[in-house]
Amino acid sequence: MSAVSETARLEGMPFDPTAPLTPSGNLRRRAAVSRLVQITATAAAVFAVVVLVIVCYGVASRGASALSLGFVIHNPSGLAGGGIFNSLLGTLEIVAFGALIALPIGILTGLYLTEFAGPRSKTASALRLALDVMAGLPTIIVGLFVYGLIVIPQHRQSGFAGGIALAIVMLPLMARSSQEVLLLVPSSLREAADALGVNRWRAVVSVILPAAFGGILTGAILATARAAGETAPLLICDSIGFNPLTTSLNLFHGVPSVSMFIYQSYDLPLAQAVTRAWGAAFVLMMLILIANVLARLILARSRAKMGR
Amino acid sequence: MFGLCALAGVLVVLTLVDVVYQLISNGQPAISKFGLGFVTSTKWQPNFHVEGAGALLYGTAVSSLIAVVLATPLGIAIALYLSMMAPGRVRAVVGPLVELLAAVPSIIYGFWGLVVLVPFIDSLEPGLHSALGFIPVFGPASPIGISVFTAGLVLTVMILPIISALSRDLFLTVPAELKDGAAALGATQWEIIRGIVLPTTVSGVSAAVVLGLGRALGEAIAVSFVIGDVTAIHPSLFDPGSSAAAEIANQFPSPVDPLHTAAMFYVGLVLVVICIFTSVASRMIAGRFDVTRRVI
Repeated sequence: MSAVSETARLEGMPFDPTAPLTPSGNLRRRAAVSRLVQITATAAAVFAVVVLVIVCYGVASRGASALSLGFVIHNPSGLAGGGIFNSLLGTLEIVAFGALIALPIGILTGLYLTEFAGPRSKTASALRLALDVMAGLPTIIVGLFVYGLIVIPQHRQSGFAGGIALAIVMLPLMARSSQEVLLLVPSSLREAADALGVNRWRAVVSVILPAAFGGILTGAILATARAAGETAPLLICDSIGFNPLTTSLNLFHGVPSVSMFIYQSYDLPLAQAVTRAWGAAFVLMMLILIANVLARLILARSRAKMGR
Repeated sequence: MFGLCALAGVLVVLTLVDVVYQLISNGQPAISKFGLGFVTSTKWQPNFHVEGAGALLYGTAVSSLIAVVLATPLGIAIALYLSMMAPGRVRAVVGPLVELLAAVPSIIYGFWGLVVLVPFIDSLEPGLHSALGFIPVFGPASPIGISVFTAGLVLTVMILPIISALSRDLFLTVPAELKDGAAALGATQWEIIRGIVLPTTVSGVSAAVVLGLGRALGEAIAVSFVIGDVTAIHPSLFDPGSSAAAEIANQFPSPVDPLHTAAMFYVGLVLVVICIFTSVASRMIAGRFDVTRRVI
């Protein structure tokens, strides 16, 4: 309320609508509070970005000195020399094995939720809850589970057990992302397929899945990147039973991995071993960050293609 | 095709059931020996065949609580900035950057926390102690910067992107008519936020916070690096402690005896019950908000 009309009201004079609006003390205070909130919010966003930069810089500045082409293509030698070739191959193998299990099941679950279950289906909402709970399982618990399920009966830790554990980590992520993407597929496509007399599964295979391909790929990359950085399940299921200095890719024995390499190097009382661990951390982080950026680019492209 | 899809769904549910079953059956020796008192007993002495999860659960609760208390206002502020204040281009860059914080693996957070954050905390704690030392939780600084407080800070960074990304998506769903209406009535941006945006999204934001809490409760590796692995309850946040998940990560590879392993499965069982509870709670709080469409 303007100062002029405020005075007018107090003096019992008729309200003058043509009086110029001037900020009273109250309005200035409200504007100041609002400004303060804006500054705080901006500062919070800056803080988050700064933390990301500090984390990346902290890893990069320490890891860069260990990094060279040889670091990526040689096996470790001794406690501190060489590279991480065997760990990189091992991570690739375990993650690929896990993805081979989790991605199809995840996509099928997503399809069930969007294409086959009705919108009010009780089964579907129970399944969604189950996926939520699964996504909320601590990864170390997933490790304990696979330890009881596979490692104890087989009497040995193995890349196989580690891969199964990673599959359980990936599955809910994959199911949720494919479900979201499938919901974005325009229903006119489904109706068109129905109108042509195509049955449901043909429509899914030849119309809906191709339309959602980009988004599903994005989800797959994100889930795989998450699994590649997991340490806790591998610590429980796949941390012993391999020679850390050689390439050992037998899935039914221990398989080395980058995250376990970092975890185990940190225990060694040698400065070079710690430098090597930072180098491995740098490689792992770069791979995961690049995968994330790539996934986002693919998603943006496929969204643009779908006209959304 | 329908059969295949239904089978996949059944597999998901069976896996969950089997998780609980495996934890119970492998934890059986500890469950029958310690019973329910396990949860409150604070003695964790595997060498003497005495195991109780009380101190571990205390560490889990305190470190997660620190994380939630710090990350909730920060995350909401970031979400407000990204959804209502940032110019389009800034939003397109900063939004994904904040989400990248969630992509950094926990082992790197642990390693980074130990080498970069710990020395920083080391210089921060004496100041906090001298300023707020009259409250027992801000006790004398730990000599090496490894403490429950440090673990809480690492967890804060880890759950911040979860809370901010989910809240931002929620804030973007607030109808523009409501916000424009408030603006037309002369409300400032803060009044729009307080009067329109926060009240319409409060359930979803709470669900996001509970989701972040669940994530913090179960984090093992990053916490195990910086919490100190001391299974005792100290009132001061600056003393080392341990958490349920971190203790499993620390001790599972080298158990003292089969009872020790069983006790860790029992700890896992308690942890999984808590995490299932938070997942279900998050979903129930979200209630009318459609959680199936969220992004992370």
